[in-house]
This record gives sequence, structure tokens and C-alpha cells, in this order.
Amino acid sequence: MRNPITSSRIALLFLIAAFAGSVLALHGVNQVRGRQATLQETIYITSGKTLKRLSLGYSGLLADIYWTRAVQYFGQKVQEDEPRYDLLYPLLDVTSDLDPHLIVVYEFGSIFLSQKPPTGAGQPEKAAALVEKGIRANPDYWRLYFTLGCIHYFDRKDYKAAQEAFEKGSAIPGALPWMKVMAATMAQHAGETRTAIAIWTRLYESTQDEMIKKNAVQHLAALQVDQNVAELQHRVAVFRTRTGHLPVSWSDLIAAGLLRRVPLDPINAPYRLMPNGTVQVEDPDKLPFITAGVPPGWKKSAHR
Amino acid sequence: MTSRLAAIAYNTFREAVRDRVLYNLVFFVLLLVASAPLFGQISIGLERLILINIGLSAISILGIIIAIFIGIGLVFKEIEKKTLYTILSRPVRRWEFITGKYLGLVMTLVVNSAFMTLGFYLALLWVSRGLGKTDAGLLIAIYFIILEFFIVTAITLLFSSFSTPIFSAIFAFALFVIGTFSEDLRNFAALSHGVTKWLFSATAYLVPNFSALNVISQAAHGRAISGKLVLFNTLYALLYSAAATAAAVLIFERRNLK
Repeated sequence: MRNPITSSRIALLFLIAAFAGSVLALHGVNQVRGRQATLQETIYITSGKTLKRLSLGYSGLLADIYWTRAVQYFGQKVQEDEPRYDLLYPLLDVTSDLDPHLIVVYEFGSIFLSQKPPTGAGQPEKAAALVEKGIRANPDYWRLYFTLGCIHYFDRKDYKAAQEAFEKGSAIPGALPWMKVMAATMAQHAGETRTAIAIWTRLYESTQDEMIKKNAVQHLAALQVDQNVAELQHRVAVFRTRTGHLPVSWSDLIAAGLLRRVPLDPINAPYRLMPNGTVQVEDPDKLPFITAGVPPGWKKSAHR
Repeated sequence: MTSRLAAIAYNTFREAVRDRVLYNLVFFVLLLVASAPLFGQISIGLERLILINIGLSAISILGIIIAIFIGIGLVFKEIEKKTLYTILSRPVRRWEFITGKYLGLVMTLVVNSAFMTLGFYLALLWVSRGLGKTDAGLLIAIYFIILEFFIVTAITLLFSSFSTPIFSAIFAFALFVIGTFSEDLRNFAALSHGVTKWLFSATAYLVPNFSALNVISQAAHGRAISGKLVLFNTLYALLYSAAATAAAVLIFERRNLK
């Protein structure tokens, strides 16, 4: 009869060898399928209502899974060079069908959808539709009107619709008083930089979420850069008018009394004065939403 | 009578807690609850909500699995091991045997749920850095889950009183699935006419209504659950499981055990 200890040792060795082999085999499988095989471009059931029935009452859990899938999908797409976000809206739509009270889907999902590529899908119409769906399901949640107003203002440039959204939101009990101010500002100063600064500041102040705060800070920084670059280029033009030539460095402008010190951008890097008199930021990748001060040919990248 | 019922219920409970599968399932739920904060890390803004949804869904699903897989063997095992004849040769009536078995399994599920709830609240405490008023509302969702177990145990016992374990499991699970669609059956009935309306209405009342007992999403969002719903759900679950247990007794009373 075989010694049971020997049998155990053989079984243990076999276990280790077989498991190690399975790890190698799985590695091969992953190589063949690709790194993002689990996030393939397929949404098998596009109807949230059908999925809700199939969930056997656990639709909240399924909504969390779909939301996580939407976040992963967006995170993966944002890393691609020329991304297409074909599945983003269907994923968000299904998630909101499964759990209509999942506010993050409307608040974050609309950011994913509305922002211009590469930091978003560039689909503001769908973003507005998603938030309107959220408002229908959560009519007492005034912050969704603020989100809708922001989409109309920044991404759709529809100031009238933005004003209406802020007005409707301000009428909801519990809405903060500045919603009324926003509606009034829309009517008088739509399209002005100070209005944009006011909206992003309110957004920053009114949220607890770090991602939304970071997004607001980046937009505020971009608005500041846009203002700074315009102002600095104006001073360069004044210098040229006075002296007949372009300044070589900031020291020339400081010596001429047009600047007090070397100007810094919002990330505390000095602005660069180019030989042709234009002004550029040192690192445009760290200021993702700037429209002025970017080097010629620079391409926005989401790889930050 | 009460002492005989208590004795059968206690023995059923003791037998169930000796089952290692039970511990594995409870451990699995606690593991899921403990890993929920990690799921929150790969999503955005959902850490607490994911924990609640995973935790309560796991308590519910695993409890139903335990109710079905232990329930199907309650009567069958006693017949197979021939211990039933020893029990029934004593002054124990058949209805006492079935009711005692039911109470024993329900007791097992309540104790399991208490452990799983404790684990769930510890995880919630860790994620939320404290417990609030809305977290107490989650107890109502857990209470409804336990009411679900009352019904599932009763229907499993009903099927196991006349069928083999495998078919009892299939029937009980199928009835659970149909029960989650009971609201749809009522809606179909409202849209139909004549015999069809009557048929759908009758089916909607006949199958257990699990949709009203699942308030996980509502509780997860901190939405209030009315006292009336608690009252009527309690009444419904108690009466429906009593009816199903009575049906099991009826069948078992007529069953030829020779």
C-alpha cells in the first residue's frame, strides 16, 4: 500500500504544478484577447426596463455595476488617441433606467458626455437629455437644474436655455439663493468671462466631490490663463508701439514699467514670451481647458 | 404541543447550524460585504451605495439559497434516513413535524441574517466613518428580506412535502422568480378584460409577491419606507407563509409513508 504522506506530497506537487500551469495558460489567453477584453464594445441588452425586470428586484446592484462599467468605459476611452464614445450614452441611459435616483449618473455622466474631446465625449445634446431625464425622476433635486444650466451655458452656448434652467432650479424649495443670481446674470452678462468664472466658482463651492472640484479648478485656471494671455499680449503691443520693437524678455516690460514682475500662470510657472510677441504657457498639458497661450501645433491630450 | 414544536424546531436549527455549507455561505457574504469598499474604488461617488446594494443583495440572495437548499432536504432526509418513523412513532403529529421543521429553518435564517447584518453594519461604519439616521432605515430593508425568507422557506417546504429535493429546488426557485414579477402580473390584469383579467388577477394573488418586499434601492437612497408598508408586508408574509405551511401539512398528512 502506498504511504499516505507520499500521496499527499505528490498531490501537493501536482496542485502547485497545475496551478502554475493554469496561470501561464491564462496569461496566454489574456494576450490573445487583449488587455481590455472585458470592456468590449458591446452592450447586450440596451433596454434598461428589460434589464430591470431580469434583475429579479436587485436593480440597484445592477445599476451600480452598469455605472462602474460606464466609468471604466469612459476611463479607457479617454486614454485613446482618437476615441469614439458610442457606448457611453447607452450605458448611462441603462444605468439611469435601473436606478433613476442614482444622482451621480446625471452629475458625472453629463460631464463625461458634454466636455469636448479628449476630456469628454463632446455630446452636449445627450448630456442635456440625460440630466433632463434625471430631473424628471428627481424633481426636488435642484442641483440637477444647475448642472443642466452649465451644460446649456458652456457646451451648448444656449444662454436662454441656461437662464431657464437656473430659474426653474431656483424655484425649488431648498435651492441656494445664488441660483436666482445665476439666472439674472445669464440675462445680462451671458457669454462674458466673469459669468463663466462665477459659475465655476459656485460649482466648486457647492460640491463635496473631489473630481468635480478638480474639474472646476481646471476650468477656472483656464479662464485665468485666457484673461492673462490677452492682457500680457496687449502690454507687449503697447511696448512695441512705444519702442518700435518687440521685447526680448519680460525684463524689458518690467524695465518699461509695464509689468512689476515675471508673470506666473495658475500653476505658478512663468509665462513664456515668444520672439514674435505672443505669450505661451510653460506646460499646456497641466492646463487642459485653456484656449489661449498654447504652442502652435500643440494637441490636447488626456494622458495626464 | 408547544414543547414538541419547540423540540423539533430546535433540533432542525441544531442540525442546520452543523452544516458546514451554511458557514461557507455566511463567510462568502461577509467577504463580499468586506470587499464592497474595494468595488467603490473602481467606480465614482458610489462607495457607500455599492456597499449597501452589495451587502443587502448578498444577504437576500444567500439567504434564499440557504432557505431553498436546506429546505428541500428537511423532509426528504428524515424519510431517507428513516428517522421520520422514529419521530412519528412518538406522540408527534405530522403537522407538528412540518411546522417544527419550518420554525427551525426560519430560526436558522434569522440567526444567519443577524450575523450578516452585524458584518454589514461594521463595513458601513468603516466606509461612512459613523452611522446616521438613514442607516437605521436599512434595518427595515433587512427586516423585509427576513420576511422574504419566511415565504421562501414555506414554499420550499410545501414542494418538499411531495417532491424530490431536486424538483423542490427547481419549483421553489421558479416560484421565487415568478414572485418577483408579481407586480407585472397585476399590471397585465389591469390591462386585460374578461377571463384573462380574472386569470392574471388570480395568479397575481396566488404567487408570492416578492417585489413589494424588496426595498433595497429605496433604503440605499435613504428614502422613507412607510409604516403602513411595514405593517401590511408583515401581515402578508406571515399569512402567506402560514397558508403555504398549511398546504404542506395538508399534503404531508395524506402522504403514504410506508
